[in-house]
Amino acid sequence: MGKILQKPTGFYDKFVRKPGTYDQVTHYCPGCGHGRIHKLIAEAMQNLEIGDQTVFISPVGCSVFAYYYFDCGNIQSAHGRAPAVGTGVARSNPHAITISYQGDGDLGAIGTSEIIHAANRGERMTIIFVNNGIYGMTGGQMAPTTLPGQITSTTPYGRDAATTGLPMKMCEIISQLDAPVYVERTAVTDAKGIMKTKRAITKALKSQKEGYGFSFVEILSACPIGWKMSANDSIKRIEEEMIPYFPLKTFKDEIADRTPRPVVPVAPSQEDVLKALGHDQKEEILFKNDKKFIDDFTTQKVRIAGFGGQGVLMAGTTLGMLGMELGLDVTWLPSYGPEMRGGTANCHVVLSNKEVGSPVVESPNVLIAMNEPSLVEFEPSVTPGGLVIVNSSVVVGKCKRSDVTVLEIPMTEIADSCGLKAAANMASISAYLAFSKVIEKDQLVTLIKAKFKKKSLIEQNVAVIEAAYKYVSDHVRG
Amino acid sequence: MKREFIKGNDAIAKAALLAGCTQYYGYPITPSSEIIHTVARVFPKAGASFVQAESELAAINMVYGAATTGQRIMTASSSPGISLKQEGVSYMASAELPCVVVDIMRAGPGLGNIWPEQSDYDQVVKGGGHGSYKTPVLAPNCPQEMCDHTILAFELADKYRTPVYVLADAYMGQVMEPVTFPSEVAKVEKKDWALYADKDSKHNLVTSIQMNTIEMEKVNIRLQKKYQEIVANEVRFEEYCMDDAEMALVSYGIASRISRSVVDELRETGLKVGLLRPITLYPFPTLRIQELSKRIKVFAAIELSNGQMVDDVKLAVNGACPVEYYGRMGGAVPTHEEVVSQVKGFYKLYLA
Repeated sequence: MGKILQKPTGFYDKFVRKPGTYDQVTHYCPGCGHGRIHKLIAEAMQNLEIGDQTVFISPVGCSVFAYYYFDCGNIQSAHGRAPAVGTGVARSNPHAITISYQGDGDLGAIGTSEIIHAANRGERMTIIFVNNGIYGMTGGQMAPTTLPGQITSTTPYGRDAATTGLPMKMCEIISQLDAPVYVERTAVTDAKGIMKTKRAITKALKSQKEGYGFSFVEILSACPIGWKMSANDSIKRIEEEMIPYFPLKTFKDEIADRTPRPVVPVAPSQEDVLKALGHDQKEEILFKNDKKFIDDFTTQKVRIAGFGGQGVLMAGTTLGMLGMELGLDVTWLPSYGPEMRGGTANCHVVLSNKEVGSPVVESPNVLIAMNEPSLVEFEPSVTPGGLVIVNSSVVVGKCKRSDVTVLEIPMTEIADSCGLKAAANMASISAYLAFSKVIEKDQLVTLIKAKFKKKSLIEQNVAVIEAAYKYVSDHVRG
Repeated sequence: MKREFIKGNDAIAKAALLAGCTQYYGYPITPSSEIIHTVARVFPKAGASFVQAESELAAINMVYGAATTGQRIMTASSSPGISLKQEGVSYMASAELPCVVVDIMRAGPGLGNIWPEQSDYDQVVKGGGHGSYKTPVLAPNCPQEMCDHTILAFELADKYRTPVYVLADAYMGQVMEPVTFPSEVAKVEKKDWALYADKDSKHNLVTSIQMNTIEMEKVNIRLQKKYQEIVANEVRFEEYCMDDAEMALVSYGIASRISRSVVDELRETGLKVGLLRPITLYPFPTLRIQELSKRIKVFAAIELSNGQMVDDVKLAVNGACPVEYYGRMGGAVPTHEEVVSQVKGFYKLYLA
């Protein structure tokens, strides 16, 4: 007999975290199911020898103080969020036995999203869902599991299903998902119910210990104070009213059909990090530091615009990267987000020998217009004396400004003639460099050869650069 | 050292790994999404973990759970998502859990739009959730600082056991500039308070509840002492042309980049204008502004909001001299000329 009455080692010997004088009893009310369920968990922790690796999460509700009792790692969390918190624990410490102990308001109302998604991901976690059909701690309000007609402090005339819906059946919902391995509903009523609950809890925790993902145990439990009933009548109510609505059964048990998942600790090594970042290779210095070039450089404010797919943004990054490699200060600012969905793209590029202030190019001294709408939109912003480079393969209209230099270059045709229509963007940069001479064309070619990601297309891109450069030399300067 | 021509958002994701971050939990939102894209690409490759959460609320609570394990954890979002995360940040401040939260601010209120604003200042710098708490806030103004501040944020988070924000605007997230990354991964010490799911750490408790008022007050007092320490040790700012300045612009993020160009232009015309750029918004460079207010004739806060940071400038100046504000909202970024003209106006008003 003495052995049976012994406190399981899953509990602290004395509840020193609990305020007040009584460190041997729990804070739960007489007849409350939490005390029983706590004991069953503590026993399972002892029997499975998982006390050291268990992390117990207690969100808002009467069981928020579970950390007074359980001799394991303890986390108190926000209302409804325990499955998300548990996800963080389980992903960080995959060897942990993570228990999320939640009430019905917590799991079935405010935390519906978190429980569904943690279950759907099959997190390494055991959910103990205590369903007493009421908000116990907060003052006996309606829970998502409150039965029709039940009187609570927010359903003083009884729960009206027509306006508040019917009680949520969480086991039924969770068991529809593929990932959970084990879903069961029990009740802590008589000795038989308690033993069944103990088996369910043990099964869930054992399967977690062995590496089988997500389990969900719902336990119908009494709240005599919230229900305004005696402890005995509360048990009777579970049997007569709750169980008919919330049937006790195994909703899902696929433990035998699944393969345990290995525990892989999260521990990135320095080597792995540098490799993943692409920082493990020695940096290639493309150009010698040319002080004269930098000192003489005139700040370039470039706006490049066109259709999505014309490589507008990449033309900008190429220019920026080239500037960086040559020792200039450079910025590139793209159009982004939903703005891109309309099929147009533009970017701002600044190249300077001084620290660039704002990266926003309000008045470019160079505009590259790859399509008609871009010319129309940005032409007025070009500074007087600036340069407007138009892709004449696409743009039919003419630049109306008389105070800027206009270069009409059939960029798409040039690119096409080199077998790579998509490289019109390279033709645009090449034409810009050919006319302005701000950076040498060969430096652009060196950059492309060294940094271009699609190695198979380097040759064609270089051909486009050469052809566009020649076009400007022949037609504009020649 | 590795140099890349890289977007601010991408620099944050990469810097996190170099800071020893092992896990990222997030939900995509423009204009911060490149962070989650890059994380999704590089974290698993490096053996770090990444979860796309079902919501920002779930993400910050995953961060809460993961942070209990003593590892370095990050989440990122943009303004509407940060509003959702505030619950978790308050809990983490109370439970004294370190983490890094990145906010790439967009225009509000409501859904607003995806263009840059700095209108999360109040909700981030003043401790936007419930309770008397603050979080250190770093305000990068270029991709290099997006990298450096992310790493610094992790250091501060561990040092003070607190969530730390990196507060940037949409343009800081989107702009690409050269960034030099460190070539080593930061070492992360084992924490005596963390839960490692083992025998030695199992008596640690992470909680933010104290039913006893005196006990909860003790928690609050401990937090306030920590904030005093942060105020004493962690103020960071940068001054530009301030030595002989008679007028000081105060701005951070994209606004400070515009302000810098404005100072350059106005200096050429002989106006004695300088720029004070707070790098930490909490703690704010209050003492420095107080000191400057003895000789500065007028301060002007330039910010992309209805004037949120300007309140902190006014508190620091405490009536010693006038404090003006100029800003735009709705994602409209003031042009260079616009700020020049405003600043000239203030100059004329107080210094002519």
